[in-house]
Amino acid sequence: MILKGRAWKFGDNISTDLIAPGRYFHLRTNLPELAKHTLEDADPEFSKKVRKGDFIVAGENFGLGSSREHAPQIIKLSGVSAVLAKSFARIFYRNAVNIGLPVLEADTDKIDNGDKIEVDIEKGLIINNSKDIKIRSQPLPEFMIKLLENGGLIAYIQKYKDLEI
Amino acid sequence: MGKTISEKILSSHSKKDVYAGDIIVANIDLAIAQDGTGPLTVQKIRELNRAVKNPSKTIFFIDHASPSPRKELSDAHTILREFTIESGCKLYDIGCGISHQIIAEEYVNPGEIVIGADSHTCTAGALGAFATGMGSTDIAVGMVLGKTWFRVPETYKILVTGKLPVGTYPKDLILYIIGKLGANGATYKALEFSGETIERMEMAGRLTLTNMAVEAGAKTGLIATDKTTEEYLIRQGRGEKYVEIKPDKDANYKREIYIDASDLVPLVSVPHRVDNVKPASELSDIKLDQVYIGTCTNGRIEDFRIAAKILRGKKRNPETRLIIAPASKDVYEKALEEGLIKIFLNAGATILPPGCGPCVGVHGGILGNGEICLSTQNRNFKGRMGNPDAEIYLASPATAAYSALSGVISDPQEAML
Repeated sequence: MILKGRAWKFGDNISTDLIAPGRYFHLRTNLPELAKHTLEDADPEFSKKVRKGDFIVAGENFGLGSSREHAPQIIKLSGVSAVLAKSFARIFYRNAVNIGLPVLEADTDKIDNGDKIEVDIEKGLIINNSKDIKIRSQPLPEFMIKLLENGGLIAYIQKYKDLEI
Repeated sequence: MGKTISEKILSSHSKKDVYAGDIIVANIDLAIAQDGTGPLTVQKIRELNRAVKNPSKTIFFIDHASPSPRKELSDAHTILREFTIESGCKLYDIGCGISHQIIAEEYVNPGEIVIGADSHTCTAGALGAFATGMGSTDIAVGMVLGKTWFRVPETYKILVTGKLPVGTYPKDLILYIIGKLGANGATYKALEFSGETIERMEMAGRLTLTNMAVEAGAKTGLIATDKTTEEYLIRQGRGEKYVEIKPDKDANYKREIYIDASDLVPLVSVPHRVDNVKPASELSDIKLDQVYIGTCTNGRIEDFRIAAKILRGKKRNPETRLIIAPASKDVYEKALEEGLIKIFLNAGATILPPGCGPCVGVHGGILGNGEICLSTQNRNFKGRMGNPDAEIYLASPATAAYSALSGVISDPQEAML
């Protein structure tokens, strides 16, 4: 799976409150509407200007806080193809893979806002075409790659009927 | 090889010897979701088109927007009411209180595994259970299969000795620990709290500690069982469920952190990070528009007794609103019986029904632009209380109550010495 798009750069500690603000709690049963507010409190322009295939690129501890799966859901609905960060909060990381949104841990310092990047999920390779550099990411655990390949946890359970590792 | 508490519980539920780093499938004892995450959980269960494995141990709580402040949320609540009737799962509707408090009062037993579609599910670790938060999809699958997958976490041993000084509480201790570890200092790890300070701590304080383990990024927080655990279970009517859960002496810890509690002072988390911790005494220029006492962190009867002691016979600062919400109906009843609600009302407080209150930014005290709130909750992220242009400080019930009187952040030790 090769993904291509522009980078939207964010800093450290992007919480699920910044991704899916509590004041839109009432839109949680209406994800397309909630997606119009994705990351609104971190960058009000993001949800208006993000294009299909773009990447969210962040620093440490992306997705900390609440377990709200609506956070990765609306990132995916916004068209984002993957989230690249130096590190992720654990519930967000698991939620993202469960719903089929690729997340890669990598050194994101050499990616700037607007850079054109290419990501090979299987190889864990990030190519920053704007700077002509390659960045290696931490490989996902085998089981999580299997979940992504199957389109997420629900599709996996529908296919295999059970959970075995 | 010796095992940590997490390794022991995950071994017993996967029927093999598991250690940190293993990826395993384990049976679960209790699965919960709330009105913020429950409707999506129900949707995912419907997509799976399968029955819930153990309805009597599958519980939905309406605690986040409770009672509903708007029609969209009323419809979300209807989804939970209809699903629980149809599936036989349990529902704790408006007026019952916060999931984490209710499962501690009524359900969680030592040695069990609890999963919840709420990040503060880790609270139940105070009872010697392995409890962790997940998203709606994970919880839906857990509810249907009666099991889930885990990566067995490495454990940080947090050893606390010494007596908490007058005016400092378990909340100050956990703020200190999070400040020391950082907001991602324990990502994917389990925190085991131990030492004489923890052994002397009552269950309410232990629940405050484990509640905030996730604020250091941890998967869960755990405390070995002892006489206090047993007495709590007896008081709650399920003393027969007590079992001893302790780490092995030769368990392998990733890190050991030693803390002398006698050095602590009342602490406050400063916006917009929980790990941005400062002494309350250094923040006396912070003028407060609102003080909130409650939540799954500090909305227990023990917290209310502390607040009432400070507020008794006094009035809040006229420019500082004081909002108080009991964590459960049981807490509310006890507070009424003990006359605490009367003290709060006389002090000028507004009492909310049992539930999350304004902590989640949905209702019950949303902050205005530029406003500042001091809360006993666990998170002060930008926008948390419904407004990204407001600021949230976090502290103990004592610091919150004392500050409500002065109208600025105040060190409660002044009131007690």
